Amino acid sequence: MTTLNYKRADFQSDQEVKWCPGCGDYTILASVQAYMAEMGVAREDVVFVSGIGCSSRFPYYMNTYGMHSIHGRAPAIASGVVTANPDLSVWVVTGDGDALSIGGNHLIHALRRNVNLKILLFNNQIYGLTKGQYSPTSEVGKTTKSTPLGSIDHPFNPVSLALGADASFVARTIDMDRKHTMEILRRAHEHEGTALIEIYQNCNVFNDKAFLALTGKDERVHNQIRMEDGEPIIFGPEGEKAVVIESGVARIVDTASVDPSDIHVHDSREVNPSMAFALSRISSHPDGPTPIGIFRDINRPVYDQEMARQIEAVTEKRGPGDLQTLIGSQGTWTVE
Amino acid sequence: MSVSEKTVTRPANETPDQEELDKVIIRFVGDSGDGMQLAGTRFTDASAAFGNDLATFPSFPAEIRAPAGTVGGVSSFQVQIADFDILTPGDEPDVLVAMNPAGLISNLKDVRPNGTIVVNSEAFIERNLHRAGYEKNPLEDGSLDSYRIISAPMETLTKEAVKESGVTGREVLRSKNFFALGLMAWLFNRPMDPTTEWLEKKFSKRPDVLNANLAALKAGWNFGLTTDAAPTTYTVKPAKLEPGTYTNVTGNTAMAWGAIAAGQAAKLPVFYGTYPITPASDILHELSRHKNFGVKTFQAEDEIGGIGVAVGAAFTGHLSFTGTSGPGLALKSETISLALMTELPLIIINVQRGGPSTGLPTKPEQADLLFAIFGRHGEAPMPVLAAQSPSDAFDITIEAARIALKYMTPVIVLSDNSIATGSEPWNLPDVSTLPDISKPYQMGPNSGDEYLPYLRDPQTFARSWAIPGTPGLEHRIGGLEKQEVTGNVSYDPGNHQLMIDTRAWKIANIANDIPPVEIDGDPKAKLLVLGWGSTYGVIKGAVRRVQKRGLPVATAHLRHLNPFPANLGEIVHSYEKVLIPEMNMGQLRHLIRAEYLVPAIGYNKVSAEPFKVREIENRILELIES
Repeated sequence: MTTLNYKRADFQSDQEVKWCPGCGDYTILASVQAYMAEMGVAREDVVFVSGIGCSSRFPYYMNTYGMHSIHGRAPAIASGVVTANPDLSVWVVTGDGDALSIGGNHLIHALRRNVNLKILLFNNQIYGLTKGQYSPTSEVGKTTKSTPLGSIDHPFNPVSLALGADASFVARTIDMDRKHTMEILRRAHEHEGTALIEIYQNCNVFNDKAFLALTGKDERVHNQIRMEDGEPIIFGPEGEKAVVIESGVARIVDTASVDPSDIHVHDSREVNPSMAFALSRISSHPDGPTPIGIFRDINRPVYDQEMARQIEAVTEKRGPGDLQTLIGSQGTWTVE
Repeated sequence: MSVSEKTVTRPANETPDQEELDKVIIRFVGDSGDGMQLAGTRFTDASAAFGNDLATFPSFPAEIRAPAGTVGGVSSFQVQIADFDILTPGDEPDVLVAMNPAGLISNLKDVRPNGTIVVNSEAFIERNLHRAGYEKNPLEDGSLDSYRIISAPMETLTKEAVKESGVTGREVLRSKNFFALGLMAWLFNRPMDPTTEWLEKKFSKRPDVLNANLAALKAGWNFGLTTDAAPTTYTVKPAKLEPGTYTNVTGNTAMAWGAIAAGQAAKLPVFYGTYPITPASDILHELSRHKNFGVKTFQAEDEIGGIGVAVGAAFTGHLSFTGTSGPGLALKSETISLALMTELPLIIINVQRGGPSTGLPTKPEQADLLFAIFGRHGEAPMPVLAAQSPSDAFDITIEAARIALKYMTPVIVLSDNSIATGSEPWNLPDVSTLPDISKPYQMGPNSGDEYLPYLRDPQTFARSWAIPGTPGLEHRIGGLEKQEVTGNVSYDPGNHQLMIDTRAWKIANIANDIPPVEIDGDPKAKLLVLGWGSTYGVIKGAVRRVQKRGLPVATAHLRHLNPFPANLGEIVHSYEKVLIPEMNMGQLRHLIRAEYLVPAIGYNKVSAEPFKVREIENRILELIES
């Protein structure tokens, strides 16, 4: 039995990390490795599965089991891994192009099924590995190599999308904030079922400072809307801004202008996803006040566990299958 | 009805006699909703229980319910039963059971001269005749004079028969397929018990429907008996098959059971990741019923997801399968390459149907052979196998699993619609004699205290299989080119050449681990008929007929298409002519010509219908005589 007295270094593979210097992926890798050391799961029981893209090189750098698979398909492959063995801790690393463009179908169906996967969606709002085309989270008007006249594609809000797919756990964090990232990883691990974590990740080569409003030393205090369970949602240097939800629509108001009891009190455990969805609509782009934290964390049946349960129940009821009986089950006759 | 080679002379008296036939071909046709597949299957099972050899060919439209009464909506089920071992569902029906004019007009051309036609006379009304394209009623205009007609007002008689059963409304006429079945059971002296027992089991919770069907069945039999519908009835004696316990099995069912059997032979849990597609879905249906064998079935969001979950399960140590048909194989191509690059065992079942594109989803074709062998980007060799009959689908699935595990490679198994939905008697194996195909997981380091994922077995070149959950063997695999031995990412040009060569050699070497091709027939003949897949029965049938004429011909059938068996080159070079009948435009011929530089001759039919024995027989005769 492995003793679980891990250090971060135990989760570092012997491969040289080859992201661009200054890439947000380094910070996320450090946070994940640090969290793995604390997670309390034996290293051999951890599997990282990725698709294609800069972020998807991640498994090579983790000293766990891993597969660097095909563009967009990681949620499907990882679903197979955890369905085959529900005792594993299975993590998907993906990007905005990988998860939301080519792999959109697998993502929404993994979320719908509630397979026990922890999906880390590195959102840098750009295609990095292919060197700078707009992505499905790039803002309208964005000038890139493939949109010299500005993008005319309306972007996805990944949190809204995940909630629309009835994801049981949806959160958002920021690459630079390692403490918050690790806290979200912990909550995702503790959650049973699919967890989607959108991580705002800076691509300093092709889309630098995309998240400046949330990470800039002066800006962040004005724009990060931290959601904490049981707490009214208030933000700004002096708490001068607040969030109210009326008729299913979340609005930012001056704290002083509303009755304190009207300020929305966050509850990620609320089964009805309407409030979480309203919060996700406050910002569809991180250039202003944007909610950070856990939007939703509810319990519902977990696919891989349900499959194991069905097999167990039917085996108990009918007994383990007998092949000779099976092949004779449609009626037989004997030739002497 | 001179259907027999052993016809005896009927004594001249008035009561119907029993005439003994050695074989008979019957085709049931009607609207998709008329229950002809069911009538055919029940007739087949009764014949199987009676001990006949048999082969079936169901054919139905892709539409669930095409407009009633139209030719497009005709569903048919052909069965040949015999007192000797037959190989095919037969060329020309001796008896056509037509439930409506559309069924008659679209199938009459296939019926043998002077054959028997059984019709539901009440369906031959103005509206139906018009829909089918008849200007006059063929039952009245003399156009069927050369056939024996058995005409029954099946609707009136069914209604009358089911009066006491309790069924009402639309359900009343649903039983008319059992009327037709009862009439055929009388005509061919079939045992009634198998059908009765089946009905009792099937409708145990619907006594009204059970009683209606039983009453209709009996009414059909009695109609034959009391109206002297035919001057003789017929018997087909049990076949002298190899001793054993038999069941009647379709290819899809046999393939599902083969997957379960392979799991037991490999001592591994079975995983089946898939997406519904005609005609492969029945494999999923069958496997999902047997979860008490530890089988996990995963109906994914799409074809790519279906193989994706299967790759994940293979990585996690399951005996993993995915199943599809042509369009789905195209979608899975990229993921097959990943399985090949990561060297994981995976079995991809492709039940071929008419293509390209959506093509003819319910019709048989063999046109995915080259796609199976070459349909991937890059140099991506992998084993390709093909089932040759419904029962062979069981064995070929186990063989595919053996190769996948032993060589750590994805393997494609080809079936086609005629194997998948057709059935034949299967001499059940004793499953305790299944081969051991297990591939033990790697449980510890394989090089000093290190684990090297791409270190290879010196004989097979297979890498080891270390699954998540195994302490100390944590490693990463992926689609990027692998450094030999370590499996780390490598862009080194020399390494890429080495890995390309290694993967090619690994697959080519399997030729030494599969049975040699066997020749059936005269090895000194000038002509070899070479086949693969579902043409097995028709080719063998045609060769037998030519041999009966005293002419020399040999045949061989391939179950391994990549690599070919090691002796195939020698064989094709030792005949003056090689004829390759295929339900495609010459795909195996292309491979044989390219591989062995022999001028193989094609006989190609891509008409959505299987070959007839006669067609191949004639082609053989032409080549022998030329």
